[in-house]
Amino acid sequence: MCFIFGIHTYSYADETKGGTEQTETKEKFNAGEMIFEHILDSYQWHIFTWKGHHVAINLPIIVFNEGKCYSFSSKHLMHGTYEVADKNTGDPITFCIPSEGDYKGKVVILKGEDRIRPFDISITKNVFGLFISCTLLVTLFLIVANAYKKRGEKAPKGLQSLFEMLIVYVRDDIAKKSIDEKHVDRYTPYLITVFFFIFFNNLLGLIPFFPFGANLTGNIAVTAVLAIFTFIITNVFGNKEYYKDIFNTPGVPVFLKLPLPLMPLIEFVGCLTKPLVLAIRLFANITAGHIVVLGFISMIFILGEMSAAAGGAMSVLSLLLAIFVDVLELLVAYIQAYVFTLLSALYFGMASKEEHHG
Amino acid sequence: MKLITPDFGLIFWMTLAFGIVFLVLAKVAFPIIGKALKKREEKITEALELAERTHEEMKQLQADNEKVLQEAREERDKILTDARSTRDRIIEEAKAKATEETNRIVETAKETIENERKAALTDIKNEIANISIKVAEKILEKQLDSNQAQMDYIERIIKETENNN
Repeated sequence: MCFIFGIHTYSYADETKGGTEQTETKEKFNAGEMIFEHILDSYQWHIFTWKGHHVAINLPIIVFNEGKCYSFSSKHLMHGTYEVADKNTGDPITFCIPSEGDYKGKVVILKGEDRIRPFDISITKNVFGLFISCTLLVTLFLIVANAYKKRGEKAPKGLQSLFEMLIVYVRDDIAKKSIDEKHVDRYTPYLITVFFFIFFNNLLGLIPFFPFGANLTGNIAVTAVLAIFTFIITNVFGNKEYYKDIFNTPGVPVFLKLPLPLMPLIEFVGCLTKPLVLAIRLFANITAGHIVVLGFISMIFILGEMSAAAGGAMSVLSLLLAIFVDVLELLVAYIQAYVFTLLSALYFGMASKEEHHG
Repeated sequence: MKLITPDFGLIFWMTLAFGIVFLVLAKVAFPIIGKALKKREEKITEALELAERTHEEMKQLQADNEKVLQEAREERDKILTDARSTRDRIIEEAKAKATEETNRIVETAKETIENERKAALTDIKNEIANISIKVAEKILEKQLDSNQAQMDYIERIIKETENNN
């Protein structure tokens, strides 16, 4: 696994030369850049480098500019600019991916000296990885559902029993313990989906080969969407008591509510921070794990540039440490999925709790 | 920083993809799985209850068996006791009957003996009478010879008779 990481890493180090010149033989290895290249999104899915040739999948770029959709392969942008005729005026539009500045690594339109960021819904590496993992997840679930259909009331077998263990765990130990019996069925499907989605993508993110290894759950956009789903579901199904607690908190002196609505403001901010924290926790945990693993691998190359012997010695230690962190990441993959699901369930439980007087 | 700036494109696709995954799972997969799980749980509960019930029944049955066995044992004891008492009674009766019979036989024997004796006595008396008659005849025969001789003879006969007795 780490061997592949190495190849992967080297190719990226090679790519960060930034130019088109293949003749430039040596450039200093930049660990920070390599790590961020790895963690961040890109328009190309680099698979490996073989004798100086990059083997990569060019993913489609889809952008909207002034109401028109432009779609082309990202291979045109890898080595410079790409010109397309404007669909409104017929004038040429120049697209490029700047290697520095505010829009570094993102598709922009060049207009004189200005760079304009168009509305960009390109199928990037992460989006492509997302499609793959979603397809896989749905396929696995349909296989499992089919197994249930076929086996009826018999004991589960193989994949089915693995899924059943997790499904029953989320249903009984997370959902039923956090949410009132009366409302729990409403939330269980979402909780199971979210648990499997996060756990699945955490695990796939640890596999360094194509078509896995897209750093999905370590991307703030992905975790933000999950958190927004939790936020929306919490508030849509929140009952009267929940809203009363926010806007007219009982048991709080009146001067905290009028004339300055201090307490409602604090409660409201609390509502927003809950999902925010969910998103950041998942993102930070997964990203941190990836950074640490890549950091250990980079050390081989950093020391290797100083001397071959140091690099050789370091590679053994680095590999051991990287393997250790990878194994730790397996644990984190599960724990973070569990924590996200559990906290979502707790928020749902709070929002749908019936007041128990006495 | 780029790391913590959410990219709109990814948010768009993520919302779409996650939404679809959620819908497919919630509408297709989960109902099947949920139903199957519920059915299985019910089945297991039923099976457990059945086992419990069967166990109860077994216990009951065992108790019944024990009772029947106990009854049989008592019955056997009773029969044995009855048999023993019957046997004793029969023996007792037999003994009584035997004693009675013996007594009767002894009685009969005694009677017979008495009769025999009486008959014998009668015979002897008759014999004596005959002898007496014969003696008397002989005496009468000798009377004609002489008085002396007659007297001797009577004496001798009496002596003989006495000796014979």
